[in-house]
Amino acid sequence: MRDFEYEAPQTVAEAVAVLGRFNGQARPLAGGTDLIDQIRVGRHAPSVVVDIKKLPELNVLELTESGLRLGAAVPCYRIYGGCDINQKYAALADSARIIGGIQIQSRASVGGNLCNSGPAADSTPSLIALGAVAVIAGPNGTRDVPVESFCTGPGKNVLAPGELLVELKFPPRPAHSGSHYRRFIPRNEMDIAVVGVGVSVVLDDSCEKFVSARIALGAVGPTPLFATVAGDGLAGKSVSEKSIAAAATAAQAIATPIDDMRGTKEFRLHVTGVLVRRVIEEAVKRARE
Amino acid sequence: MATDIRETTGSQPKYKVIGSRPIRHDGTDKVTGRAIYGADVQLNGMIHGVILRSPHAHARIKSIDTSKAEAVPGVRAVVTCKDLADPGDRRVELGEGSIILKHLSANVLARDKVLYRGHAVAAVAADSVHVADEAAKLIRVEYEVLPPVLTVQEAMKPGAPLLHEDVFTDEMGEKSKQPSNVAKHFRHEVGDIAKGFAEAAVVIEREFHTATVHQGYIEPHNATAIWNHDGHVTVWCSTQGSFTVRQQVAELCGIPISHVKVIPTEIGGGFGGKISVYLEPVAAILSRKCGKPVKVLMNRTDVLEGTGPTPGSFIRIKMGADASGKITAAEAYLAYEAGGFPGSPVGAGAMCVFACYDVPNGRVDGYDVVVNKPRTNAYRAPGATNAAFAVETVVDEICEALKINPLNFRIKNGAKKGTRRVDGPVFPRVGMIESVKAIKNSEHWKTPLKGKYRGRGVASGFWFNCGLKSACSATVNADGTVGLVEGSTDIGGSRTGIAMQLAETLGITAAEVTPTVGDTDSVGYTDVTGGSRVTFATGWAAHEAALDIQRQMVTRAAKIWEVPAKQVKYIDGCLIGPEGKRFTFKELAAQINETGEPIIGRGAADPQQPGGAFATHVVDVEVDPETGKVEILRYTASQDVGTAIHPSYVEGQIQGGAVQGIGWGLNEEYFYDAAGTMKNSSFLDYRIPTCLDVPMIETILVEVPNPGHPYGVRGVGEVPIIPPPAALANAIYKAVGVRMTRLPMSPPNVLHEILAKGSSGQSR
Repeated sequence: MRDFEYEAPQTVAEAVAVLGRFNGQARPLAGGTDLIDQIRVGRHAPSVVVDIKKLPELNVLELTESGLRLGAAVPCYRIYGGCDINQKYAALADSARIIGGIQIQSRASVGGNLCNSGPAADSTPSLIALGAVAVIAGPNGTRDVPVESFCTGPGKNVLAPGELLVELKFPPRPAHSGSHYRRFIPRNEMDIAVVGVGVSVVLDDSCEKFVSARIALGAVGPTPLFATVAGDGLAGKSVSEKSIAAAATAAQAIATPIDDMRGTKEFRLHVTGVLVRRVIEEAVKRARE
Repeated sequence: MATDIRETTGSQPKYKVIGSRPIRHDGTDKVTGRAIYGADVQLNGMIHGVILRSPHAHARIKSIDTSKAEAVPGVRAVVTCKDLADPGDRRVELGEGSIILKHLSANVLARDKVLYRGHAVAAVAADSVHVADEAAKLIRVEYEVLPPVLTVQEAMKPGAPLLHEDVFTDEMGEKSKQPSNVAKHFRHEVGDIAKGFAEAAVVIEREFHTATVHQGYIEPHNATAIWNHDGHVTVWCSTQGSFTVRQQVAELCGIPISHVKVIPTEIGGGFGGKISVYLEPVAAILSRKCGKPVKVLMNRTDVLEGTGPTPGSFIRIKMGADASGKITAAEAYLAYEAGGFPGSPVGAGAMCVFACYDVPNGRVDGYDVVVNKPRTNAYRAPGATNAAFAVETVVDEICEALKINPLNFRIKNGAKKGTRRVDGPVFPRVGMIESVKAIKNSEHWKTPLKGKYRGRGVASGFWFNCGLKSACSATVNADGTVGLVEGSTDIGGSRTGIAMQLAETLGITAAEVTPTVGDTDSVGYTDVTGGSRVTFATGWAAHEAALDIQRQMVTRAAKIWEVPAKQVKYIDGCLIGPEGKRFTFKELAAQINETGEPIIGRGAADPQQPGGAFATHVVDVEVDPETGKVEILRYTASQDVGTAIHPSYVEGQIQGGAVQGIGWGLNEEYFYDAAGTMKNSSFLDYRIPTCLDVPMIETILVEVPNPGHPYGVRGVGEVPIIPPPAALANAIYKAVGVRMTRLPMSPPNVLHEILAKGSSGQSR
């Protein structure tokens, strides 16, 4: 392990300035649960580690009528600690509850999970399903990027050198909406998603028909995938085995999994269909509650 | 949930200490974090070593240039194989098996070739571990990369890439003309298998593949060494055998064994994988070169890529039974990975493969095959689990074909006193049938399993256990306690189990004995903690030491009372003399220093009849037919344990073994890419079970005393790992109708079979 410097800026502007000055040789540190291990094993060798968890803007957790604001450095435990979030943004809370164990959840942030940009990240499909938008600060001001456009490849994303994820903005939840995230893992804990599925559905007043649906897949492509055809296909359809099976098939069609030590291509494709069906069913159940 | 149903068979002597559950002597230190493990060793002036490992699975080393690393400020020494002694062609006996010294040496630091990814090539010692780490990256190794060979079937093909120019097949005693990846082929035979199969009403023949798996001990390997100016070296390490480390370090460094002192620390698991040396000789030669104490530690990736594992294998089993369900013939073909150097546990696998059964006509062929994977090492009943997975699955198919209850089949065919194993030995009194009957009588077996996609499976296993040599000494203290120094490093609570046997013989309590694991300069020669031998053999040595103390105390009491020694008896912890004369142990101990020389008991043992161990397990599973994931609903393990000295430790051994077998069965595997790089060398992707993946393992201790031990002890540590993969496979078959012939039975592999069968269905 090589020596590196540590900086703890007090404002977003200072943080952006430090990140810009090191032009790609700086790594932001939020919970550090991935970064510290990556430095230890030599996957990253930054010149400076920029501690961003002291920035107030990155610690915002605010649920109002205009939606949810989730600061990029908010640790997971704060998300499922709030009962309104558990209910309204249930998929997000599902994700926060299964990222690592309790110790990890006390440090790890959803923002960090997104910026690591792993294809199997457990929170990203939930962010996509819930329509989250990433607010990014940079040398030229701030910009908004929908989460489905944030990741560009394994470990890669749209952040330019000097840019910093500040928060994730979620739109308000309509009536009769429900969401869920579930992953398949070979063990029952301490494991990484072989397939992950996040779903958000909005039902009509009768709760018998889909008004809209957003479906996102993890670990079956180079980035988390937004299954638009599968989700859009549900709009206006009755809640039925047939409509849900059609969505599962449409979701499978965009998956491009690989064979690796976590699962075979055959397995991931099959389980994508199974999980999409099971997760839609659970999201519907929650929407009806 | 009941976890301990003790069943006593035969006549059982009454013991006072044996069979009770005293608090372990090392418990306080371990639960408070004060126990000293290998990585905790700190010495004045100590520096840190780092190993450079091969990035290639198979390559010739053309040159090694260490000059840049040596130039880094803070670097104190750099070593390669040239710093080890020239090993020559000698074969050395290491207590539990022998090894060709040049293979051991080349495994510690590669010589002309690297034979697996992670093979140690060079080492650096520096003032900080980070400096050593960065300096190691500056060592330039020029490799000629060669194609790797990763499975036994590939390695046995004509024209396969050859790992060694100097390994020839030992073909049933004849040396092959050409070098080969097959180091050995042997055969065991009994009866006439052609006749046996002709008499069979049903014959089942199947092929099986098992994956390479690791012992998975929680504590990585470690070694700290100081090479003194007088040429003596002291090594601290966590090991299963301090005396075998002493011998290996001496041989590899080219110094007499008396120049090496090994101080064993507490050990965080070994399971067979901490017998062979890796870091100890390297720390020693780094220290010799720089004059400072050097500590070297592995991380988890080093452990997975550079140590262990136990072999993957290809197995073919053919078994026949007559219409009544009596086995008429059995045939096995066992080909085991040895890893980079010869020496797989196929020999042990061949001894165990049919050992649960009375096989009148049998043949077993074993092949020891080198492949580009880490050199395999012992793992809890090495070789037997692979074989049992295959045999016990075939037995299940025979039972299905003949519509026979699988427990009744085992009772009908089970090995008992007088049964001859295919490889020759004839069993003394053993508890195979008792272990099966205990399952048959269990509440688990008698409770019907209901529900869709659920199944129940059973399987049995055998392990021969071993005896080997042990030593101890015991000093009587003036306060009536005994200090016991023994040579077996303690993995499973053995120091208490040994102390209990001394206490039983002396008629004192376990708390009145203070056991210590000695270093190689302070206790007599003791073989490794392995082969389920320690409670058996070192316990026997402690019993001998106690008898020696008894004799001396009888003499001393006679001296004090001024009566002939033959008039004094040692009964129940008391000295009984004529005319009502009586000392308790404590009373006499208080007078020892005033009445003569110290009383020191000497115990040594080399027992020859360890008594084999049998186990039968039953498991209930539920399989998700859409994902192939197996959930274990209930698990019960019954085992012939001889005499349970400390029942909690026996239960712990059975539970631990069963869980390791479950991991081996369901998810564990070395996952390689085509270049021979292990892709899952961390505990994230090498999936040992967590506490959330297994239910409480219920245990049934069946006590059939071993006639070859004063207290009837049989080794208990190894056999419980053997049945789980087969029991799970048989349960999965009952649940979803697919026969798994490949380990691990991970969700992708199980789902693949379900999809191939076309029975997935849409229901949950």
